[in-house]
Amino acid sequence: MSLRRRRQLVPWLLIGPGLLWLAVFFAIPLANQLYVSLQTGDPETGYQFTWAFGTYTDAIADYQEQFLRSIGYAATATILCLVIGFPLAYYTAFKARPWMRNLILLLVILPFFVSSVLRTVSWQLILFDDGWIVARFRDLGLLGDDGRLLATRTAVIAGITYNFLPFMILPLYVSLERIDRRLVEAATDLYASRASAFRHVTLPLALPGIFAGSLLTFIPACGDFINAALLGTPRQSMIGNVIQSKFLFVQDYPTAAALSFILMTFILVGVALYARLLGTKTLTDSAV
Amino acid sequence: MPEVESDVRLEGVTKRFGDHVAVDALDLEIERGAFFAMLGPSGCGKTTTLRMIGGFEEPTSGRVHLGGEDVTDRPPFRRDVNTVFQSYALFPHLTVEKNIAFGLERQKLGKAEVKQRVAEALDMVQLGSFGARRPSELSGGQQQRVALARALVNRPRALLLDEPLGALDLRLRKELQLELKRLQRELGITFVHVTHDQEEAMSMADTIAVMREGRIDQAGSATDLYETPRTEFVASFLGISNFVDGRVIGADGDVASVETHDGAQLRLPAARLDAHGDVRIGVRPEKVQLAEPGGDVPSGWNVLRGQVIVAAFLGVSIQYLIRAAGGEELTVIAPNRDGTAPDVFTVGRDVLLTWNPDFTFVVEKEAPT
Repeated sequence: MSLRRRRQLVPWLLIGPGLLWLAVFFAIPLANQLYVSLQTGDPETGYQFTWAFGTYTDAIADYQEQFLRSIGYAATATILCLVIGFPLAYYTAFKARPWMRNLILLLVILPFFVSSVLRTVSWQLILFDDGWIVARFRDLGLLGDDGRLLATRTAVIAGITYNFLPFMILPLYVSLERIDRRLVEAATDLYASRASAFRHVTLPLALPGIFAGSLLTFIPACGDFINAALLGTPRQSMIGNVIQSKFLFVQDYPTAAALSFILMTFILVGVALYARLLGTKTLTDSAV
Repeated sequence: MPEVESDVRLEGVTKRFGDHVAVDALDLEIERGAFFAMLGPSGCGKTTTLRMIGGFEEPTSGRVHLGGEDVTDRPPFRRDVNTVFQSYALFPHLTVEKNIAFGLERQKLGKAEVKQRVAEALDMVQLGSFGARRPSELSGGQQQRVALARALVNRPRALLLDEPLGALDLRLRKELQLELKRLQRELGITFVHVTHDQEEAMSMADTIAVMREGRIDQAGSATDLYETPRTEFVASFLGISNFVDGRVIGADGDVASVETHDGAQLRLPAARLDAHGDVRIGVRPEKVQLAEPGGDVPSGWNVLRGQVIVAAFLGVSIQYLIRAAGGEELTVIAPNRDGTAPDVFTVGRDVLLTWNPDFTFVVEKEAPT
């Protein structure tokens, strides 16, 4: 083989394994699910492909509430993650001494060593009606005498926020950490107060991290079902819970597949709008 | 109260980082409209001094004054000085225009004025058509000009330049040196320039402060520092120097005499001697003329005997290394007048080193470390 041919081959060798993996485990199942979503039938007699687009409109009509709830919970959790995560990431990137920085990053990653189901189950223990937290909340008047935390919207959103916080903090930290400190100095040299320097320099340069962190939080949060299942009741059920039960318990595969595609489409459109809102030019430029 | 306040004044300013004393009880006064350079090797405290003037570092003790006002406790954004940073520190997310407008916008100037002043600043640094570009689309020299415009557009009391040309290649550096000098003349703004490049400092600055270990070794014009350095450090940092140790044996009017350890007598202006006993005297290599033993030496000139060890033809000059009778190795640089190194000064020849006593200077001996 000539040197030139071998050089042409290199890119394919590099992306080949990834492409193959995605083809086998993502593209083919996705196409299959698209196919399934257009079938009709029932679990007893089996399903036939019938171009059943009606499944989509029915799914939207029937589960509108869960869709909106998923988006609402995921958006709330994403904002909470940003509000909680940004100061922490900022401190870690700009103020913390090296040992402190390593400690914080370790603590942020540490929960990954425990399965998220297990962690969410522990939240049940923390939030349960006779627990310490509920008792204190009642003492402080934050909860009524028969008020509870478990099986409420608050518990589900708190659980999602907790579970996805690292996905917000890490990209934020990375984008903040690579901001040249001298740019902030230059801003203060040019008559910007600390707050103004933050608004006009640090924040715009942290946008790629905010973007990445929000996506990494919002997208999986939209499809999450563990938190709603373990910390909520059917009244807090999200679209993930519906899809899961359609697939595993009701075995209504077409509706489950259709719901998945509706969610996916919504997320893709949402991401595109979000990117435009933050300004893609700024994103690509400041990433350089 | 002095009638005219100096633009920048440091009073006993000390900066410690942990145990390390970066700047040591520094007193400094810079006149309005001066081009002032702080010159020294890395770690001498020059950048720390500049950063304390800019407000990026707080002095451990001492006061910083700008235009007669004590600004020691003021943050950078409340000081009317602007900085050109070593790496330019241009905002990557903003266009050139927005970079330059940054300071004006933070000062809440009107849109029309901002626009006009930005356009003027761009013209001033000859980047009129680059306003819409991003810093990453510019060459190093262009980025440097943007940094300059971004600072000068604010019409600061003083412009602080932290190794502004360090990242550029030699040709561009020379070009920008001239441009900086021109801008400073035209604008009449005080420039405080930090550099480790002696040539850069000498070609631009009216006053150079040579710094070492957090202190100013000597300050003066380039000529002062070069012709009459007062410390061995200054003499060596600005060009090549020859040193000979001796003992003061007396003065005759304006001329003092020093006897070297091997018995030669050297003369120098008496005013340069403020010590008795042992002294170290020096002379610049290009001030020394070589002569054949027994040849003509102008009367009153200093003479040392020596032997040529190396003669290197450098094109514009010929550089000799000569071992003096007393054992010192001295450098002599002779202009290339004949197109070749003269036969009489080839390696191994005995020669006389002669120079006018006016070119002899006296340096403080380095304390043995």
